[in-house]
Amino acid sequence: MAEKLGVYICGGCEIGKALDLAGLAEHVKNSKVAPLCKVIKTNPVLCSPEGVAEIEADIKAEGLDGVVVCACSPRVKWDIFRFGDKIQVERVNLREQCVWSFQDDPNVPGLLTAMAQDYVRMGVTRLSKSAIPAPEIPETNKTLLVLGGGFTGMTAALNAAALNRDVLLVEKSDKLGGKALNMYKTFPLSAPYDKAQETGIDKLVAAVTANPKIKVLLNSSLESLEGAPGMFKATIGGAAYDVGAAILATGWVPGEGKYLEAFGYGKMKNVVTSAQFEEMAKNGKIVRPSDGKTPASVAFVLDMDLALKDVDYGVGAACEPPAPLPGDAAPAEGEGEKAFVYEQTESAKHLAISSEISSLVALKQAGYVAEFCPGAVAMVLYDHMMVPGINEKYYKAAQDNPAIMLTKAVVTGVAESGDGSLTVAAKDTLIGDSVELAADLVVLPTALVPVTAHEPTMNFVYRQGPHFPDLKLFDGFVDSNYICFPYETRRTGVYAAGCAHQPMTMANAREDAAGAVLKAVQCIESINRGVAVHPRSGDLSFPVFNFVRCTQCKRCTEECPFGALDDDEKGTPKPNYTRCRRCGTCMGACPERVIKFDSYNIDQIGSTIKEVQVPDDMVKGGPRVIVLVCENDAYPALDMAAFRGKSWSPYVRFIPVRCLGSVNAIWVADAMSKGVDGVMLLGCKYGDDYQCHFVKGSELCSRRKENIAESLKRLGVEAERVEQYEVAIDEYDKIPGLIERFMSEVISKFGPNPFKGY
Amino acid sequence: MANNSILVVGGGFAGITAALEAAEVGYDVTIVETNPYLGGRVAQLNQYFPKLCPPSCGLEIQFQRIKNNPRVRVYTMAEVVSVSGGPGAYDVKIRQRPRHVNERCTCCGECEKAAKTCVPNEFEFGLCQRKAVYKTHGFAFPFRYVLDPAGVPAEELEAIQAACPYEAIDLAEAEKTFDLSAGSIVYATGWKPYDLKNLDNLGSGKLANVISNMQMERLASPSGPTGGQVLRPSDHKAPKRIAFVQCAGSRDQNHLNYCSYICCMASLKHVSYIRKNYPDAKVVIYYIDLRTPGRYDKFKKRILADEHLSLVKGKVAKIVEDKHKNPVVTVENAVTGIKSDETFDLVVLATGMQPSMAGQKVPASVLDEDGFVLGAEDKGVVAAGCAKSPLDVMKTAQSGTGAALKAIQNVVGR
Repeated sequence: MAEKLGVYICGGCEIGKALDLAGLAEHVKNSKVAPLCKVIKTNPVLCSPEGVAEIEADIKAEGLDGVVVCACSPRVKWDIFRFGDKIQVERVNLREQCVWSFQDDPNVPGLLTAMAQDYVRMGVTRLSKSAIPAPEIPETNKTLLVLGGGFTGMTAALNAAALNRDVLLVEKSDKLGGKALNMYKTFPLSAPYDKAQETGIDKLVAAVTANPKIKVLLNSSLESLEGAPGMFKATIGGAAYDVGAAILATGWVPGEGKYLEAFGYGKMKNVVTSAQFEEMAKNGKIVRPSDGKTPASVAFVLDMDLALKDVDYGVGAACEPPAPLPGDAAPAEGEGEKAFVYEQTESAKHLAISSEISSLVALKQAGYVAEFCPGAVAMVLYDHMMVPGINEKYYKAAQDNPAIMLTKAVVTGVAESGDGSLTVAAKDTLIGDSVELAADLVVLPTALVPVTAHEPTMNFVYRQGPHFPDLKLFDGFVDSNYICFPYETRRTGVYAAGCAHQPMTMANAREDAAGAVLKAVQCIESINRGVAVHPRSGDLSFPVFNFVRCTQCKRCTEECPFGALDDDEKGTPKPNYTRCRRCGTCMGACPERVIKFDSYNIDQIGSTIKEVQVPDDMVKGGPRVIVLVCENDAYPALDMAAFRGKSWSPYVRFIPVRCLGSVNAIWVADAMSKGVDGVMLLGCKYGDDYQCHFVKGSELCSRRKENIAESLKRLGVEAERVEQYEVAIDEYDKIPGLIERFMSEVISKFGPNPFKGY
Repeated sequence: MANNSILVVGGGFAGITAALEAAEVGYDVTIVETNPYLGGRVAQLNQYFPKLCPPSCGLEIQFQRIKNNPRVRVYTMAEVVSVSGGPGAYDVKIRQRPRHVNERCTCCGECEKAAKTCVPNEFEFGLCQRKAVYKTHGFAFPFRYVLDPAGVPAEELEAIQAACPYEAIDLAEAEKTFDLSAGSIVYATGWKPYDLKNLDNLGSGKLANVISNMQMERLASPSGPTGGQVLRPSDHKAPKRIAFVQCAGSRDQNHLNYCSYICCMASLKHVSYIRKNYPDAKVVIYYIDLRTPGRYDKFKKRILADEHLSLVKGKVAKIVEDKHKNPVVTVENAVTGIKSDETFDLVVLATGMQPSMAGQKVPASVLDEDGFVLGAEDKGVVAAGCAKSPLDVMKTAQSGTGAALKAIQNVVGR
């Protein structure tokens, strides 16, 4: 741990104008933390080359192992205040969080000085309890497992092989090629985007088969995936294979016919799906199923309003309704483990979700009509021609094709006459308000339903279960809830590509496969450097467990957003470090405080909280409120608020945390026992559109608050003294209002903490 | 000289993603960005669809990753002049324009107080002015001011320099040209909004209350020129009747011959911006097709459950303004066939994205007829993001990640 600290106080950016720097330095010299501080200095412009040179000289001369920079936010001048891997740096934010945002209370003198003194001592304390982590670098296996031998899987395999990586390509059926094998042609995948083209799948199969780096296992499924990134053990066909990371490219299955019943599918012989139509083209003949005759008119119905009428769009919650936290509800005697039931997520919605591919397929197949049924007319009935981006060019080509008639339409029904001919009724069309179109054949879209809507597929041997959690949010697709980070899922080391990931065209899948391979390789390389992957990329710290104190309550195991913890028969957690993202949710969960990180731990934050000087008399000295602030969104919002000239109560003390999920109840207890009057938790948004970079962190904190409320009530402290607020990074202007509301609705209302002064 | 480092041209979302993903595999990366800041177009957005979340959230994580990765080098206000050599051994000439503000800058703002000259603010698409010395936006990265001396009198420049307490203003800084080597090149040069002046039937950009979708983003942003209030540019009054004109310039042989992918979703998102402050404002979207592919369908359903919102399939033929500067829209309803003139308080043109490099030369690569970069992956020149084709943010991130892999494949073993 850092023991020989240099404390440097900057006078720039008005800090020196607002504070008595010499007095502050003197205060530190005479304080409880003085023994830790070998050097205590001030500097008018600490970030100047001269200021930095002085720090560097002191590091050498005094053998400092840590530097406390009391100046601006850690988010700025990060490249200036950096002294090599062996010197830890703690940034005390005197500029934004102290001087710039200060709002005085004329009734209580010396508040700015008191605040600055608190923050400097807190910074010293926090750094003194931090050590540079020294992770063990495990042996890793660099082989990539690719699940799925279709277009995406094969593209991924070839990409990995081009990086000199070994690939294990696992395909469920008896041959490579996937859905593209059944295609007569594909809609265009490259410029000029105006003609359907060969899929090229045979060439791809040949390339994969010939590639010495790719081992293909046909008629095979992934029975189980055990272990952790870098050291997975995949069981396939009863045999075990060592792999480093996995790419999930299991693609899609056709949507169930029952969702198309409103259009006559299943009843009317000549109503077929696009998959069936494609099969006919592939076999060289397009005919009406009822009589084998070539159709003179084919209607492609893209408008799926009839099928989606009663669909509930409210489903897809990221979190189940608040359930009791594990460890709270005592399990019934003799109750065994409930058998795992995989949640099925297919619905009629997949028809809407597939709209882009359905539209492109309809344009493609409308082109088949002219090819296979000379003189026939193809009608494409769409609500919105869903061909965004560069694919507009293919639509234009279809519009220029005299054999294809395209119209907007809201299809109200399909009727069948005696000889199997069909009539499609539609309104709001471009050819009339209410029309009835005769068609020999009606083609309905085949919805893309990811395999993962039906099966766990990965079959993780993880304590939390064999599946990717919460796929209901994505209608079964193994997608990321982060727009900016499309490959992030809750299972480190496994990256989805192609239609397993999102409904996508083969052109997009080609790119997606490359992206997934990059992430898989990056994951293994990060493990080889002993560091975490996104979002704490490069973090050397890792959770350390003191199992002696563990009571096997299983909270950490169940709450880890990434399933990083398994457990043994007794229920003692078994950490899998390479699954871990270093968020600290486990640390926050543990009631026995068994878990710590070398550079971020319970004692560190607890001691920092206890360093806040709390006046015994709230009237004379003012209240004190601790604000635990998520580093990712809330902290930048605070900086921005200060930059925009906002100010707030001088009685709050901000303490950054990795994630609200890492907040341990003991910190609230520490604050209360010190006589702190309230604790605010500022963090990311949770719910369906969660922003929390660790998925569940802020949500778990909010649920744990209920337990904290129980404990507080038992102590005779009002539960309202602890409150959590969702703050997005751009909600900086709201922060003063939140703080003010807390001060008036809680602190003024409830008065001083009953434990104050004890 | 053989080199396994990667040059990323463009520091927008695709470029940052490509650079970071490659750097975290273990490769040295250099980002060359023409603006004074990283983040490109997404930095100018208020929120992303469909989550309605702020772009600065993801960008903050990206900047943290850059800060923590010594393999990533960033040059802002820089461009690629020329490329010679071949795959695995490219020699690149970079030209960097002077910022005139060095690393001593603390963003205290004293220089800006001393400045008098004002010009239209580029970041805000001309909706307000900026001083000659300025910070582009709140979350700017690098977090440093910029001095644009064009047209600024000498005494003012001296006053600006004198106002800085930290000797951060460097009036003498000159343009630099330097060389660097790279094994692969990723073009992530992104897009620019299609210029309204090209749309002469829609007002040529001269009508005060006819704005572009990107200008709408700035109006709705809390850090924007109106503090997040959507107000009419002409008189700063709250609009009560707002129209969106989709495909303003896209899907048009005379302008952009493709669909710009994001404008339908962006306009739906803009309805939510409007609803934030104006629950009863009447909104009409004039569209050809409402493109909400994949899981965006859920977002469409959510936005369309709005009784004050109507959708009209029809192409807008003309926009003029009346004597109160209210835009008057001439539109033919494609379904009913009825042509009419409708008056609104504010019209938002959903203008498309044109590739930034359109009409320019791209060293070591070529552009297609629309201006998109055609990479040559076998030569280690890879196009990513909207430089390659119109995409939304998520697909841009996927594209950038895939591009990083292609770039690495070209240098592996060198």
